[in-house]
Amino acid sequence: METDKLLQMEVRVVNIGLREFARDLERCNVPVVHLDWSPPAVINPRISELLAKLGG
Amino acid sequence: MTVPTSGDAIAAANREALRRILASEPVLVDVRLAKDAIPQLPDRTILHAGPPIGWDRMCGPMRGAVAGAIVFEGWAPDLEAASRLAASGEIRFEPNHHYDAVGPMTGMTTRNMAVLVVENRAFGNRAFCTVNEGIGNVMRFGGNDREVIDRLKWMAAVAGPALGAAIRNRDGVPLKPLIARGLAMGDEMHMRNAACSSLILRELAGDLADTATRDLGRILRFVAGNDMFFLNVAMAMAKATVAPAHGIAHSTVVTTMARNGTDFGIRVSGTGDRWFTGPAQPAKGLLFAGFTEADANPDIGDSCITETVGLGGFAMAASPAVVGFIGAGTLADAIGYTRSMREITLGTNTDWALPTLDMMGVPTAIDIRKVLATGLLPVINTAIANRLPGRGQIGAGVVHPPLACFEQALVAFADMNGAN
Amino acid sequence: MAHVVNQVRRAFYRDSVALMRISRAVGALDGVASAALMIGSVTNKNLMRDAGLLNTDGEGAGPNDLIFAVSADGEAAAASALAEAERLLDAPAASEKGAGQWYPKSLDTALAQLPGANLALISVPGEFAAAEARRALNRGLHVMMFSDNVPIADEVALKQDARQRGLLMMGPDCGTAIIGGVPLAFANVIGRGDIGLVGASGTGLQEVSTLIARGGGGVSHVIGVGGRDLKQAVGGITTLMAFDALDRDPGTKQIVLISKPPEPAVAKVVLDRIAQSSKKVSICFIGVEDMPVPPNAALFSDLRSTAQSALSDKRIGWNAQPPAASELAARVARGRSRMQGLFSGGTMCAEAQVFFRRAGIAVASNVPIPGVRKADATAGDMHALLDLGDDEYTVGRPHPMIDATLRNRMLADALEDNRTAVILMDVVIGYGANADPAGELISALPPVNERKAVVITSVCGTEDDPQGYSRQVALLEDAGVVVAPSNAHAAELAIDVLRKLP
Repeated sequence: METDKLLQMEVRVVNIGLREFARDLERCNVPVVHLDWSPPAVINPRISELLAKLGG
Repeated sequence: MTVPTSGDAIAAANREALRRILASEPVLVDVRLAKDAIPQLPDRTILHAGPPIGWDRMCGPMRGAVAGAIVFEGWAPDLEAASRLAASGEIRFEPNHHYDAVGPMTGMTTRNMAVLVVENRAFGNRAFCTVNEGIGNVMRFGGNDREVIDRLKWMAAVAGPALGAAIRNRDGVPLKPLIARGLAMGDEMHMRNAACSSLILRELAGDLADTATRDLGRILRFVAGNDMFFLNVAMAMAKATVAPAHGIAHSTVVTTMARNGTDFGIRVSGTGDRWFTGPAQPAKGLLFAGFTEADANPDIGDSCITETVGLGGFAMAASPAVVGFIGAGTLADAIGYTRSMREITLGTNTDWALPTLDMMGVPTAIDIRKVLATGLLPVINTAIANRLPGRGQIGAGVVHPPLACFEQALVAFADMNGAN
Repeated sequence: MAHVVNQVRRAFYRDSVALMRISRAVGALDGVASAALMIGSVTNKNLMRDAGLLNTDGEGAGPNDLIFAVSADGEAAAASALAEAERLLDAPAASEKGAGQWYPKSLDTALAQLPGANLALISVPGEFAAAEARRALNRGLHVMMFSDNVPIADEVALKQDARQRGLLMMGPDCGTAIIGGVPLAFANVIGRGDIGLVGASGTGLQEVSTLIARGGGGVSHVIGVGGRDLKQAVGGITTLMAFDALDRDPGTKQIVLISKPPEPAVAKVVLDRIAQSSKKVSICFIGVEDMPVPPNAALFSDLRSTAQSALSDKRIGWNAQPPAASELAARVARGRSRMQGLFSGGTMCAEAQVFFRRAGIAVASNVPIPGVRKADATAGDMHALLDLGDDEYTVGRPHPMIDATLRNRMLADALEDNRTAVILMDVVIGYGANADPAGELISALPPVNERKAVVITSVCGTEDDPQGYSRQVALLEDAGVVVAPSNAHAAELAIDVLRKLP
């Protein structure tokens, strides 16, 4: 069970959003990669929908 | 109603597109007059850079170049008559790309101009590009006076044939290894070509000496004096490399990026020959002293065919020197650009490795879906031209295609693949 | 007459906390009434418009643009405020790892950089959070979503999808988790032990876990599920999955569940599942005094009792002699009799209400529990217990646990107010919180001998937290602030002091 694995194994984090959270994890020596998030350039919801359908 | 294409089918098509690009074996095989080299090039036709455009929408430098090309071909006696002829509808204008050709800046290609011929030995296809004229008052920046036309005539009558003979004498110059060496020497093959221009002169000098019948000194100085000589070779190479990857059903890989000074256009492997266009963008970078943004022409040229195959802005990590010149920032920023481009491409080209990125290959095969998903637009290193014709370059910088091109392409792809 | 100026920077993004810090600095400039830097989303524009900060320039901004908005007492003040905002925004980040620190922008690249990544911690604006979570779940990652203002339909869809994949979807609105000893978002450093916690309330989890730690116990895991998980529409999906996992976890010997009172149908499902466990379960449904629970479980209406139960009924109490309520009452200036509670943790505020309700003392709150009045203009001089982390106070501001500005202002105002006798506050430390919450609080206080009201607090944290529990307590006590050993004790003491007032 995946959830069991999460609890048994070491947490390895992708941080999406506030950079402070990633810095705190780095201070705790937790493996973390910070993703430089910004809102999608595509505002058109139709495009977002097509992207989701086409595996983007 | 089309049955929706599966994600697997798209992935498989993209893998094939990437495979073909990586498998290319581009060889510079000849220099010939366009009328002899380019199949089915009609008369009274001017090929130009970028997506299709008519006279009324052409920018100043392109109109200047068109007038010059008409006089060069002898279709009108002077520039004024040439402009009237151009506006009359009697001259056909078509993108270079429609004839397996590319041209920098205004990109003028006409029947009696000398063109480089690159053959992709892995697939047998050929691509063409005019020979680089040099800097300053040249047709690629819209120059069209006597000096420009005389130089083009000399190139067609003397330098071109001499280079062609030299190249044929040694059965062509394989370009991939030469470019690999250039990347390790600070070239990125769009704004920085000094190393490869030097390397190719070394390759051809002996053959030129053996085969040239006249003007050897002038020919050697013509090539040696031009740090951007190799740009046109790289462009034809890139076109020959990416062409076999075009036309693969269900592939979302970008196979053309080009600008005409008014519009930016892209084409995608799986959507046929449709152009997806948006306004050409202003470049961000450094202008030479005395020039302001008001002096700059909108983005122009087929030269971003180099970025389309992972060079130019995509290989910025290779060019510490270009970074300062184009105002992109520090070396770390240049490396950052390449790493960002890796986010929108399907793979890397290990034949073209980047020393500053632990020999990671240049990011290759732009996927329109990744561009839209990340919002990261392809980064293009470019010269900034004076909006007045014939005045040359006024700076250099970084420019992007408009997002609209990718959105239109996605919609078209979705329509063709049952997702809309 | 307020002079409002807006400036729009196209296609520019910066995260909300960074923007709020700048807003705060600009708002403090001379002649500036208020300032906000916000991304031009529809939600944000509504907020700015309501705050009187948006003009036609700002209206034209799009969701990918940044709006600078300033309300000042004149053109000059507005102009220099805008200039300062730009300067702060464009200043190179001093704390960056080095020039040219590069971060990936796509999940694929992030995963290539950290092979074996198993958790996505998502704190992007609410309207975009669901899409990010979907992507993460598709790549087989568990998700902890700090973001709130996510449509409940999205929450349901995400949790159903996660359940199908066997992945944990913690949140939206999940502020706290500790997985395998790793504190995530707002969490404390808690020693490892065999008590597993699952909760729909971040500060509830923080209070109980830190009481356990200070009481000599330890935790196996602390799993947040998001504030709405136990609503009917969501059906407790994550609560049940978390409970399952803790039930199966050999390192967990007993389980604690913390939540606002769940809707009845969901309560039933959860209690039925609890009944199937052989582990002892301590349940806290805040404010619920009476509900049948399975034989292996015990129900508590407050956090302190829950923590005591987890500590095998060890009593949590004052270290030394508790302060005498009559002595504290004597410090209150004559004629004052009102209590103001200024909370950064919503569940702390709720717990305090439970004690006031039990004591039969009428209070009002902006987030009232049953039996407590809604705080509004008609509540008059009633005692008030306010959750400053609630939406109405966090418009365009960082959460009070990150930034003390608003709470400090309200604290100073309350002390000035000649009705205020007692001020009740929570001081939350740990990761995510301010670097020195005690110091921030003290900076808003006049010296003890000039103070006309009594300030009673509790510190939610542990010795191992970056701020250090005893260091924070010492700072507060040195400044004449009363520090109780738990939020419950603080509320009880406040009640005692009020009863001792003339």
